[in-house]
Amino acid sequence: MGSIQGVLSWLGTTLRLMSYNKAGFIGFLMTSAILLVCLLGPLWIPLDTTTKLDKIYQPPSAEHWMGTDHQGRDIFSQIVHGGKDVIYVAAVAALLSTLIAVTFGTVSAFAGGVTDSLIMGVTDVILTIPQFPLLAVLAAFVKLDNLTLLGLFLGVLSWPALLRAVRSQALSLKERDFVEAARALDLGTGHIVFRELVPNMMTYIVISFTLALTAAVYTQVGLVLLGLVPVSSSNWGVMISLAWTQGAIFFRDAMWRIMMPILAIALFQLSVITMTRSLELAFNPRLRTMA
Amino acid sequence: MAPILEVRNLTRQFGKGRETVTAVDAISFAIEPGETVCLVGESGCGKSTTGRMVAGLLEATAGEVLFEGRNIRQLDRKAYQRYRQTVQIIHQDPYSSLNPTQTIRQILTAPLLRHRKVKNSAAAEARVLELLEIVDLTPASDVIAKYPHQLSGGQRQRVAVARALTVDPKFIVADEAVSMVDVSIRVSILTMLARLKREFDVTFLFITHDLALAKYFAWEGRITVMYLGRIVEDGPTQRLITDPRHPYTQALLSAVPEADPALAQHKRQIELRGAEIPSLLALPPGCSFHPRCPYMLPGQCDRTVPALEPVEVGGRVACPVRKQDAVSLLV
Amino acid sequence: MVQSTVGRPANDRHPDKPPLSLQNVHVSYATRRGKVQAVRNVSVDLHAGESLALIGESGSGKSTLGLAIVRLLPETARIEPGVITYRRNDREVDVLKLSRSEMRAFRWSDCAMVFQAALNAFNPVLKVWAQALDTAQAHGWHDKPAIRRRLVELLEFVQLDPKRVIDAYPHELSGGMRQRVLLALALLLNPQVLILDEPTTALDIITQRTIIKLLRQLKQEEHFTMIFISHDLAIAAELADRVATMYAGRIVELGTSDDIFYRPRHPYTLGLIRAVPTVTGGFEQLFSIPGSPPDLVKLPGGCKFHPRCTFATERCQQEEPELEQVGAEHSAACWNWREVQAELQRNPLHRGALNVLDGIGSEVEGS
Repeated sequence: MGSIQGVLSWLGTTLRLMSYNKAGFIGFLMTSAILLVCLLGPLWIPLDTTTKLDKIYQPPSAEHWMGTDHQGRDIFSQIVHGGKDVIYVAAVAALLSTLIAVTFGTVSAFAGGVTDSLIMGVTDVILTIPQFPLLAVLAAFVKLDNLTLLGLFLGVLSWPALLRAVRSQALSLKERDFVEAARALDLGTGHIVFRELVPNMMTYIVISFTLALTAAVYTQVGLVLLGLVPVSSSNWGVMISLAWTQGAIFFRDAMWRIMMPILAIALFQLSVITMTRSLELAFNPRLRTMA
Repeated sequence: MAPILEVRNLTRQFGKGRETVTAVDAISFAIEPGETVCLVGESGCGKSTTGRMVAGLLEATAGEVLFEGRNIRQLDRKAYQRYRQTVQIIHQDPYSSLNPTQTIRQILTAPLLRHRKVKNSAAAEARVLELLEIVDLTPASDVIAKYPHQLSGGQRQRVAVARALTVDPKFIVADEAVSMVDVSIRVSILTMLARLKREFDVTFLFITHDLALAKYFAWEGRITVMYLGRIVEDGPTQRLITDPRHPYTQALLSAVPEADPALAQHKRQIELRGAEIPSLLALPPGCSFHPRCPYMLPGQCDRTVPALEPVEVGGRVACPVRKQDAVSLLV
Repeated sequence: MVQSTVGRPANDRHPDKPPLSLQNVHVSYATRRGKVQAVRNVSVDLHAGESLALIGESGSGKSTLGLAIVRLLPETARIEPGVITYRRNDREVDVLKLSRSEMRAFRWSDCAMVFQAALNAFNPVLKVWAQALDTAQAHGWHDKPAIRRRLVELLEFVQLDPKRVIDAYPHELSGGMRQRVLLALALLLNPQVLILDEPTTALDIITQRTIIKLLRQLKQEEHFTMIFISHDLAIAAELADRVATMYAGRIVELGTSDDIFYRPRHPYTLGLIRAVPTVTGGFEQLFSIPGSPPDLVKLPGGCKFHPRCTFATERCQQEEPELEQVGAEHSAACWNWREVQAELQRNPLHRGALNVLDGIGSEVEGS
């Protein structure tokens, strides 16, 4: 009973704090709407797979909100069905890279000495390798037809910048007197990292997560677009890729087919980035505890 | 009585190579159980560095810290843990010394449970309430669920004291513990610390830049004055305040603004030869105070580092030139 | 230092016309938690050549009041109602009615503010000389050699070596040097009134003394009119002719320095004095004021000090007292100031002067 109440009041506080920033809150609402449409939409809107030769490359209309493609199929239904995979892969990637970055970044800052040098050494090496070409090359060797695998793959390579940022945050927090007091009280490294440091970095971690999410969307779409990952399902990246390879950019009529997935991606990214403004408020420990 | 804490030739350097700074330079002193000692000096004199070394939060570059007669570096793991808990520190800034994401209950419960000072969380709750009463945060049940930002600076500082008390310390380093608290309530915090000293046999090392507070808090105790990493003078508070012998102590006492117009008018003005404190990166040779000292003897003060020697009026003075001469601070 | 270097025209001094008068000044802020009344109903005349200290703790409104006079408050602040009148020679200015550009001119050439010498009081990328030049040029003074001469004179006056300082960046200077540079810059355009916010806070003790000496010199030899804002009673004791104690946005007691330190009539002033030790004053029994400084959003009714006051009666909870004459130049806002007087006769202040100095006793309460 207490825990449910706790969760509800936590949610309430979060929403109230988020609403303090208008733009951020709109971003939050849009992100939620996109997620809802992409996750629940497919249950209501069937994917249009029938070829209708009389309806090729139609502009948006009441019947086809986003127009039709080269086989006269409804683009809107493809957009609705094509978001889930993109977002899933990005979320897996962002989760993994945030987890790696936060854990090792904090440990690196707190342990110092050899541990710090080692972690930072590895980080710097990975940071200096250009990400996208490496991914492209690796994609040639690893068969990435599993979505989770693709997400993990993206995540495992995208943490270094975040780790450096988390480490510098932790370094400055480490100098705060309450951390020194915890050391004087001999409360142990686990307590210091997870009770003293991490809660004070929540804003930072959450925002980093959303940024990692947007980055993973772009990388993923890029890989798909270049045809480096064989993803069979219809997703926004595949839609662009197909439109591209079938020469959609050369016909004015085909504009809707290539623009709609691009717009969907742009709208999603914009919503998430704008939402971070509100997340900054919602996870600020000062504001949070004032509630 | 054997000293509870003794430091011998304690030294701490920061940085490497040419950038090396000696923040604390071979200082030695001892504190008896139950004694109140104030470490006084201006910024950069090494008083906080000394405090952190004593509290085991910073390792000494050279020299030793003896706690209850034993060198803390030679303690086995268990004894070292006991020492770490026996010595606690209270920081200057009550806004940074409490974690903003934790309630007072969480802040005080963690050390109690970790060190098995209580059997279970119900006992922890009772103990937390008791500790809050001890530091005069009443009613304790009102305070326990609050977050630090819901308390005033003075109340937070009391929480910091209560937190130190969770592990039953015998020695507390209070590093500028009241300088960020509003003047009207400073005294009540000092009074509380003095009460803890009596009731729980806690020995205090009180670090401050404020000589007036040092005088008040350690009226029956001792004051140690540091300048650029070295002790220049120490002695019983009442002697040191009324009859300072080191020219730096005299300069400091004469410079302190007085919260009393008549005293402010009658204070002796000691003119120094230089107003600026030398940089720790380029310490003057010999006595570090010689470039500013009005009594500087060329050939002596700028060559040899003066030894800290006992004076018959009580305490020690690191100035062979002036240690016999009393100077009145009021004219 | 010689009169001609720093001094102002002698006819600035009109004995009967105070250079600065505040009448019924209120300042409020709009915050998320509600309207904050930072300053309430402050009226005080600043006489020519006098130095007034505003003392009080955090939340007393002393800094807000200082910023209000030179209108450097943040956008969310409102100064109303209230009148701030400034007089120089035969000119009389209503400060709150000045336009933005008139205000800029007023701020340096008539009434200069000297901030606490933190690094952020400077533009970090400008050398001292460039800061001075900018300030002068913004006020229509373009004669570079003359500006430089003036700056050198002023730096010498504040006992800095102009050669070393003039081409230095702020971060290359120590705290004490920065405070002195700020003072020199404030004097650049020959203002009549100086407002100094915590002029010695965060400085080392010996540096504090140099600044105090300098300010005394400005006061005694150059007859500047000055307002000191500080939480530190010692600054008032060292420098002020008159002292105003502020609590919860109001002046609760106003009197000469001796009135305030030896004959306080407001329980809060008495509490502050009994809470602060001296160094050379021998043994002192100190007491702190119970409770915490007030929350400006949730001020208590009646006298704002009553929850912390040992003299409080029922009336104090209901009605807020106004400043009332309690001595020749001395007023206090307390219903029970006679009780405070009686208390001082029963338990005289254990001030250092009593214990240590002879011949002061006659001025002091209860002897």
